[in-house]
Amino acid sequence: MTAAPEHAPKMAEASLRDRIAPHMPVLLVPLIAIAGFIAIQNPSSWLTLTVSGLAMGMMIFIMASGLTLVFGLMDVINFGHGAFVSVGAFVGISVLMLLGHMTEAPSLMLNLGAILLAVIGAMLATGLMGWAFEKVIVEPVYGHHLKQILVTMGGLIVVEQLIIVLWGPEEIYILRPEALKGAITFAGAAIEKYRLVAVGVGLVVFLAMRWVLRRTKIGLIVRAGVENGEMVQALGYRLRLVFVGVFIAGSALAGLGGVMWGLYQEVITAHMGNHAMILIFIVVIIGGLGSVEGCFIGALLVGLLQNYIAFLEPKAALISNIALMVAILMWRPMGMIPVVKAK
Amino acid sequence: MIRTLLSGDTPRSLPLALILGVILISLALAPFLFPGVRTVDTAARICVFIVLVASYDLLLGYGGIVSFAHTMFFGIGAYGVALASTHMGRGFDSIAVGALAGAGLAAALALVIGLFSLRVRAIFFAMITLAVASAVAVLVSQLSSLTGGEDGLTFKTPRELGPAFKFGKEAFDGVLFGVKLNGKLLAYYFIFFGALVLFLGLLRVVNSPFGRVLQAIRENDFRAEAIGYRVVYYRVAATCLSAAVAALAGSLYAVWLRYVGPDTSLSMEIMIDILLMVVIGGMGTMYGAVIGATLFVLAQNYLQNLMGAASELTSGLPLVPELLNADRWLLWLGVLFILSVYFFPTGIVGRLRNNG
Amino acid sequence: MSDPILKLEGVYTNIAQYHILQGVDLEVPRGAVTMLLGRNGVGKTTTLRTVIGHWRAHQGRILFDGEDITRMPTPAIARMGLGFVPEDMGIFADLTVEENMVLAAASGPINSARLDWIFAAFPPLKTFWKSDAGTLSGGQKQMLSIARAMVEERKLYLIDEPTKGLAPAIISTMARALKDLKDQGASVLLVEQNFAVAKALGDSANVMDDGRMIWSGQMQELATDAALQERLMGLSLEAH
Repeated sequence: MTAAPEHAPKMAEASLRDRIAPHMPVLLVPLIAIAGFIAIQNPSSWLTLTVSGLAMGMMIFIMASGLTLVFGLMDVINFGHGAFVSVGAFVGISVLMLLGHMTEAPSLMLNLGAILLAVIGAMLATGLMGWAFEKVIVEPVYGHHLKQILVTMGGLIVVEQLIIVLWGPEEIYILRPEALKGAITFAGAAIEKYRLVAVGVGLVVFLAMRWVLRRTKIGLIVRAGVENGEMVQALGYRLRLVFVGVFIAGSALAGLGGVMWGLYQEVITAHMGNHAMILIFIVVIIGGLGSVEGCFIGALLVGLLQNYIAFLEPKAALISNIALMVAILMWRPMGMIPVVKAK
Repeated sequence: MIRTLLSGDTPRSLPLALILGVILISLALAPFLFPGVRTVDTAARICVFIVLVASYDLLLGYGGIVSFAHTMFFGIGAYGVALASTHMGRGFDSIAVGALAGAGLAAALALVIGLFSLRVRAIFFAMITLAVASAVAVLVSQLSSLTGGEDGLTFKTPRELGPAFKFGKEAFDGVLFGVKLNGKLLAYYFIFFGALVLFLGLLRVVNSPFGRVLQAIRENDFRAEAIGYRVVYYRVAATCLSAAVAALAGSLYAVWLRYVGPDTSLSMEIMIDILLMVVIGGMGTMYGAVIGATLFVLAQNYLQNLMGAASELTSGLPLVPELLNADRWLLWLGVLFILSVYFFPTGIVGRLRNNG
Repeated sequence: MSDPILKLEGVYTNIAQYHILQGVDLEVPRGAVTMLLGRNGVGKTTTLRTVIGHWRAHQGRILFDGEDITRMPTPAIARMGLGFVPEDMGIFADLTVEENMVLAAASGPINSARLDWIFAAFPPLKTFWKSDAGTLSGGQKQMLSIARAMVEERKLYLIDEPTKGLAPAIISTMARALKDLKDQGASVLLVEQNFAVAKALGDSANVMDDGRMIWSGQMQELATDAALQERLMGLSLEAH
């Protein structure tokens, strides 16, 4: 009898591909930035566009994060999410207009203070609206996706019309606060001051969300709930209250995003939320429903791509984002960072 | 005989049958019963939208598939006819070529979207169709050299369908029951019969074995697959058929208006209108499309006048006149829509059938 | 002779159009391990899920510690002191072992003495404390699932097939931990297909068939009567 072969199992070296795979989503951001640089060539243009893209991405992230969490946790599709964006913008801008003395002063502190107050006003309004929306429109149709789509779209229509009733049908043009007008020059590129603020705010929101989700008990409950709501209840937590809380938070975030978006575009209309929804949907799909990280990365990708392509070939801007969505879905059908749901 | 014409799908309710009868006769004799440019235009719109909404019902009501790309197909059919007439010159052959090309392109696009939907969840599919439809609308307004951009395209239809074409001079002195016998009249009946044929065709489809399998899939796709039906093929087929019919409806609309533009054929407002019509009318019934479209178009045209008057009357009160402002008719329709989803999930048709 | 910690009276539960439970009567005494036995598909899991409130009984009554919990929502039932170990383990794969445990200790921070006991019973949990629960093996996940119930003292433990699909070595670990629990005087309602484990742990036994209880009595009695076992559960082999 021959001796048994030497028993020395070898661990297969994880191939480069396998080791990179989990980090691929994050790496896509610098990849697109580099691709943009190659395509645009002019460093100062590229810098301006990149900051612009990041700013836009941050704002889309803020608006989209609520939607993805709500779907991930509650399995609720809110096609009316855009309404919160619009309402947030209108309320926030109205507050800003009341604070003329603060926005017209050339002081950065006063300007930021005014924006902060506007944001607080917007978030309170949309948070309250979110609570009402959840109770009246969403809760009766838990579990019925088709009805949710229909009913929330109906809600969107009604809210948009109500905005017109309250604020009139005309679009409202906005002046940015004094200290945030114009641009600074850096490395030969003109970078709008406001966009830097937007990037800052976006980062703060992202980090704050991450901190809450990873370091607090409520964050644990939400993350566990996204996976297996039944089990979370069996551990004694009232998931229904958590649902409402997340919905309100998501609506408030949409309101915040609305204010930032309105200041970015310098004009607000009742339909602005609806228009933003296209990009928001693309971001949420790319990122993976329920994943805040995925949403963040997706938003940055969409923001960068939108700005690069708009510079290179304006008519292809929206199509390019559709193409990005298709490409990512072909690669990962559930989105970049899908949340594994217990079914 | 009527049963065969309706492919066995009768109204099954006396009130419903009466209403449908009234609508049919009103549409059939519209130029004679309601003469006037605006009323005949309303009637033509109703015909077109009945077909458009019915094709959407095939997808949503019978197939259970939520898609927001439907107006895109409608627009493709409309632009098909417009472009063909512009480049090939006026004539029935241009209309035919444009309509067939439009339907073909719509079906092909639906095929691509349908096959893609294999890899993603149903919710994703809905969102994707929304994104794609918006992108196409933007694209169409940007490619202005080809599509006329925001302003759209005006084109000429065959002489026989134009107001200058007169007939029946010898027999009726060019007038019948007070209505001028001209191409406009023929154009209306072109639309009417085209719509009627398409609608009856859809009734045939949903009452065929194909239609029944589709409904089975809507109820429980898992079980349908287990029994042996390739769910994917049926869903893709339904999407393509629905898209092609929507395109044909668009072609009819283009022939009637002799104009296409992003706002008349591609806008998201139309998509929302379709949703309202199909839900209020009744999903999965085909007749719901008839009722929904009629109600909606009439409301669109005449409710606004009503609201305008009411707004005037209440002008002293705060906020109320704004709520009743004629332009805010969509607000009330939205409220009606939400109430329908909650309380009349089967729509008007369902209600009538339960009570009748 | 104290009252039972859990009592089911004539419980009927439907799932969609299926009548699963058709009048279940069950008593779970305090401080003992009660077995719930029966072949596949007779309604054992449905019974546990009805108790915890995932399914609602449309007829009958469920009394827990004297209170009627038939219509109570799940979170309220759980907060009354019911620990649930579901059939599919219900592990949160995206959370770490530590986070799973922290979540399970709903009343406050984890009691360190209890944690030491859990680590002694299930050493891998200590090793993989900071790892994502999704990366654990099947047996380790099962350990985590039970550990979550054990992390706080519960009035009643509902445990659904803890040894299903596990290797014999792990089964003994599991059985030892459950014996520990029993020695502490815990009240347990245990569903278990593995008859050897059932015999070793169970004080009383209840056998189900077709959605109702067909036999209740002492585990001793069932364990020593092979003919009875075969009649009730179709068991023809001793060792399972």
